[in-house]
Amino acid sequence: MVLKYSSITKKIIMALAGLFLISFLIVHLGINLLILKNDGREAFNLAAHFMVTNPLIQTMQWVLFGGFIIHILLGVVLQIQNWMARPQRYKVEGYSHTSFFSKFMIHTGAIILAFLVLHLINFFFRAKFGEMPGVMIGDQHYEDMGLLVIEKFKSLPYVLIYIFWLLFLGFHLDHAFHSALQSLGLNHNKYTPVAFGISRALAILIAGGFILIPLIIYIS
Amino acid sequence: MDLTLKIWRQKNATSKGKFVTYKVNGISPNSSFLEMMDILNESLVVKGEDPVAFDHDCREGICGACSMYINGRPHGPDKAITTCQLHMRRFKDGDTIVIEPWRARPFPVLKDLIVDRTAFDKIIQAGGYISVNTGGIPDANAIPIPRANAELSMDAAACIGCGACVAACKNASAMLFVSAKVSQFERLPEGKPEAAERGQATVAEIDRLGFGN
Repeated sequence: MVLKYSSITKKIIMALAGLFLISFLIVHLGINLLILKNDGREAFNLAAHFMVTNPLIQTMQWVLFGGFIIHILLGVVLQIQNWMARPQRYKVEGYSHTSFFSKFMIHTGAIILAFLVLHLINFFFRAKFGEMPGVMIGDQHYEDMGLLVIEKFKSLPYVLIYIFWLLFLGFHLDHAFHSALQSLGLNHNKYTPVAFGISRALAILIAGGFILIPLIIYIS
Repeated sequence: MDLTLKIWRQKNATSKGKFVTYKVNGISPNSSFLEMMDILNESLVVKGEDPVAFDHDCREGICGACSMYINGRPHGPDKAITTCQLHMRRFKDGDTIVIEPWRARPFPVLKDLIVDRTAFDKIIQAGGYISVNTGGIPDANAIPIPRANAELSMDAAACIGCGACVAACKNASAMLFVSAKVSQFERLPEGKPEAAERGQATVAEIDRLGFGN
């Protein structure tokens, strides 16, 4: 079915799914940063509780899975078509004007996906189906998601794996925002360079923000 | 100038090609790239070898026939020129120059550096034209066209369909060619009515021909 769409339609859907995933990352980062608050993980646990119980968020969770699948599926299809379009490579590869990471989106994407599975097993499936430690906030019982995170990031190999993973997320994001706007036909003499800047800023802030969390937990 | 050339040699569309190294000596820095190729070919003919086949036509930077991928860039190191306008002074004495044909599945190599660019004609045939009957020459100001639109249309019309955009693109995509052809007409009153159909038909054709995304 995917193959029937025109190249431009595929790229538009890919871009919209990508922008949606960026918005998810920003929300995810916002909640994660709460764990650094010195309040005995209360704000983080309340936010985590809200995320797993709010019906709207629970519905959006399925939309999010859909977004991931569409983005991955179309990315793979587009990449295979691109490889097929040039079966014989050049001896001297071009140095035309492309951003460095734009050449490796499928590779950085594949690394992100591989570690995403580990990440889901570590936290998402554990929270959903596994045994969770409990905590009392006020006079109510909550699952202590924060404790789970802190326990995980006390182990150096985990911290290193996460930092490695998140660096690749940053590389992927470097060619994400402005590229999505380009696919949507939103390019402009004046504003496209700004979009490039926003893309890089998002890459640094999102990847950097996520990296801070395991790093700070491990050090303290 | 003495140069080493690594040139893609391929007997025909079905044979497997390979790079062959040639030395050319005493090349004037003021000769054009194609003249340098002519000098090489003359020496090959004298030796009884098959000259290197390459496309060329106007040799004044207009037609875009001279499709050569030189040291990792279509038409060589200079910006916004065709290969015939590239001069040997852009290189240094003793340089090695790698010359390849355009690489894209819809542009199959016919011989050496010549590729079949009929795919671009097929894109145009699929809808890259105006079917409106415009009749005879209208009065000069009967159809008002804003200056900005005329300029943008002219900019798009500067695309000579040489295929360098496909050759340069890491995805071997023909989007630039199609967008130039679509914009060229879309900005003018005669081309506007069919703009949407033209866009859809030409994009469908690039997908069918197997260009990248």
